[in-house]
Amino acid sequence: MSIGASVPRDRAKRLLLGRGNYVDDISLPRMLHLALVRSPYAHAHVGAIETREALALPGVIAVFTAEDLEGAVSSWRAEHKLFPAMAAPEQFALARDVVRWQGEAVAAVLANSRAEAEDGAERVSVDWDELPAITDANQALAPNAPVLHDDMSSNLAFETQVTAGDVNAAFADADHVVEEHFRFHRHSGISLEPRGIIAAFEPSESRLTVHQSHQTPHQQQDLYARLLGLPEHKVRVICPDVGGAFGLKHHLMADELVACAAARLLGRPVKYIADRLESFLADVHCRDHEVEARMAFSDTGEILGIQVDDLFNAGAYGQYPRSSIAEGNQISRLTGAPYRHQHYRADVRMAFLNKSILGHIRSVGHPIACAVAERLVDLGAETLGLDPIEIRRRNYLDGDDFPRTSSGGVEFEQLSFNGCLDRALEIVDMTQFRQEQTELRAQGIYRGIGVATFVELTAIGPEYYGEGGQHISAQETCLLRLEASGTVRCYTGATDQGQGIDTGIQQVVADALGVALADIEVISGDSALCPVGGGSWGSRGAALGGEAALRAATTLKRNILNIAASLLQKDPSDLSIDQGVVVDGRSGAAHMAVSEIARIGHFQPYSIPEGINADLTVTERYASRGRLFLAGNGLQIAIVDVDVDSGMVTPLRHVVVHDCGRILNPLLVQEQVRGGVVQGIGAALYEELRYDEDGHLLTGSFADYLVPMAGEMPDIEVAHIETPTKTSELGAKGAGEAGTAGAVGAILNAVNDAIRPFDATIAETPITPPRLLRALGRI
Amino acid sequence: MTARTRRIALTVNGEAVSREVPVRQNLVDFLRHDLGFTGSHVGCEQGACGACTIVLDNETVRGCLVLAVQADGCEIRTIEGSDDLLSDLRRSFHALNALQCGFCTPGMLLSAQELLQANPAPSRQDIRDYLSGNFCRCTGYQAIVDAVAEVAARRPGGITS
Ligand code: FES
Ligand code: FES
Repeated sequence: MSIGASVPRDRAKRLLLGRGNYVDDISLPRMLHLALVRSPYAHAHVGAIETREALALPGVIAVFTAEDLEGAVSSWRAEHKLFPAMAAPEQFALARDVVRWQGEAVAAVLANSRAEAEDGAERVSVDWDELPAITDANQALAPNAPVLHDDMSSNLAFETQVTAGDVNAAFADADHVVEEHFRFHRHSGISLEPRGIIAAFEPSESRLTVHQSHQTPHQQQDLYARLLGLPEHKVRVICPDVGGAFGLKHHLMADELVACAAARLLGRPVKYIADRLESFLADVHCRDHEVEARMAFSDTGEILGIQVDDLFNAGAYGQYPRSSIAEGNQISRLTGAPYRHQHYRADVRMAFLNKSILGHIRSVGHPIACAVAERLVDLGAETLGLDPIEIRRRNYLDGDDFPRTSSGGVEFEQLSFNGCLDRALEIVDMTQFRQEQTELRAQGIYRGIGVATFVELTAIGPEYYGEGGQHISAQETCLLRLEASGTVRCYTGATDQGQGIDTGIQQVVADALGVALADIEVISGDSALCPVGGGSWGSRGAALGGEAALRAATTLKRNILNIAASLLQKDPSDLSIDQGVVVDGRSGAAHMAVSEIARIGHFQPYSIPEGINADLTVTERYASRGRLFLAGNGLQIAIVDVDVDSGMVTPLRHVVVHDCGRILNPLLVQEQVRGGVVQGIGAALYEELRYDEDGHLLTGSFADYLVPMAGEMPDIEVAHIETPTKTSELGAKGAGEAGTAGAVGAILNAVNDAIRPFDATIAETPITPPRLLRALGRI
Repeated sequence: MTARTRRIALTVNGEAVSREVPVRQNLVDFLRHDLGFTGSHVGCEQGACGACTIVLDNETVRGCLVLAVQADGCEIRTIEGSDDLLSDLRRSFHALNALQCGFCTPGMLLSAQELLQANPAPSRQDIRDYLSGNFCRCTGYQAIVDAVAEVAARRPGGITS
């Protein structure tokens, strides 16, 4: 069996040699470089744009403004038909008349080198007329706030509510109610490789070929075709090696669209690579939520009801093509999801304001939903004098509760909260920790422990975007081709940015087909070669891509055995394939090599009777049905030290117990979960895109925007429980959200546990030293 | 603004190279775009991420913080010229999945190699601290630390834990 084995990745060998092929490593003949003229203001009228001086510089070939792109590229609106009331203002590749966030581009400079393009961008002068900026959602929704978009009457982009039971009655009857006001600041995906693209246009064929650092080649193919007015089969999007993505790279970005339009207008290839400042400014961002939440308890610690009020912002526009509502939506569906409560209400409001657009970054909404509920559970435990573990035990959904539609409206097949907790308590000795904690406190060392239980929504079903009207595939397709030598090429619509789904799919095919791993190559990330699929996002590769591969391998095996059976004069059901050899299904005795069948199938097809299915190139697809998500679950425990004089938090130990169904490759899942945890710790303690009151970004470098480095990260112990989903044959669920989903909540609870002796609490992330010292009343 | 240029002569991965370069061009751009050594990456151009780490006269430097003209007369080694030195580190990184997207990896390997030369028996925290100039967004760093520790234990003079 290959599935379940810790198989290292083939592709990694090349990357280790420095032989990666990232977009910026590619160079095409006569390629131009794009630099963008970006707004220095968060909100301003754009007056005359003077380009003559730039055009006079050596190496500068062209300068485009919005006017020049008119007719070359269409505008768009981030609509979602499931949310018809959501405002979706018109967006342009280059802003016209008004800029609404600092960094929004108004002009494009094309030159022979990036340095010359930047020289040109500096020489473009723009008549800016600064307008008042809105940087906070409360401010945006205040009655007299200036309205950002002409066709709207307020800055409220959307509001929605999710309810179950009677939450008012539950709170009225409760013995205890705890509440908290949370603030989760803005951050982003911060892939180490910034966004990048090379667009090349062949005018004689109307053909656009794009190399892009991206997660979703088919989505981009569709978008570029539609927005540039090209036939879709003339657009090819290739995603070569991608240097990290985390959701950041599955959106349409205006900058990259400008590169495509410029390539078309000039008939020369155009490269655009975001620099780090541009990445901070103009990438899509995430979080930036303010949450008011309360939880009602009975005297015995039973959670009776949960109420959540989430106010967030989409930035200046909606994110295209998916819209920006998902983060609020996930919070409204997921808060308190592990628990048995019956009464629930979540209100979500999304505002527009003058910051970069909010998109879908890893673990969309999960970390907030988890942190809010888990903090309230700890507060409840404190109020009731119960142990945080005990109160969770009393409320976890368990055994007979499943299958269940959660109070937030998500379907749960079978989750393993108690199982995960049991396993975690084998790893962390709570009694010993509490003893140690008491002893350390006596020495002035403040150590805390935090538990966070989470639900992980993965492998989204096709209804969400299908009904939403977006051209986004939530289906996955696999094409297998038995080569004449008997080796196998596997083309998948799933894509790999280092997670290792190529290897996972290779393992699935190896097992289902009965051939060696080394005889299978997986090809992904090319919209012209690979079957239409969704790419990678929302933890879908293993669950959807894996299942499609399983189906395709099963079909190919059937066809191989059909041929073998006819040649051997046997019944196909008596045959099987093992290690590339057709064998007797019962005795295992070898009959003939798969390579022999491949040779006959391709070169001597006359030897195979008509009427049997002997295709050696097969395609199968898989989409989940009747279920919006495939839910997994898990739990994290964080142990931290808080220095109450400096406000510094040191993560000491981190434990994750995770259930993502059947695991294809433990080696890959483990470190992916750890990477997610580190991103979550980053959000909990360091990472923040700070803006001043005028909407100017204050964190434009790694000196100001802190990311977790090896030195301050703890070892992270990861354990797994496997509850395979029965909705597919493979049984895999997604695994990419888990680490990030639970880490913020675990750290937040651990810090609050550490500072308990000071009667202080904190509910704002990142938990920076100044915030913590303020919470402690020390500054 | 016509970019001023200057001729430099240096050794890159054992080969003598002489080129006319713009005085404002940094070393990593020169290596990547003029010489085609694209194994060194650019993650920030701010000296913070370590993706551009290369070896200049036997010391790791940030290729984005050194101008190409400053490398005149120097000996440069990039990931592409480090095959023999790094083969055990590469094997461990591969076996333990100490990379995902691989964008940080060349820099990580060169920093790790420098650490092991200076300190053949590093503790886990030593490894973590030494690699703290190399940002990795994908892994949890742990597999990287495991891989470096494993190589340290195996190399002559290393720790056996
Ligand atoms: S690119 Fe040189 S340190 Fe980041
Ligand atoms: S493996 Fe992607 S940044 Fe390190």
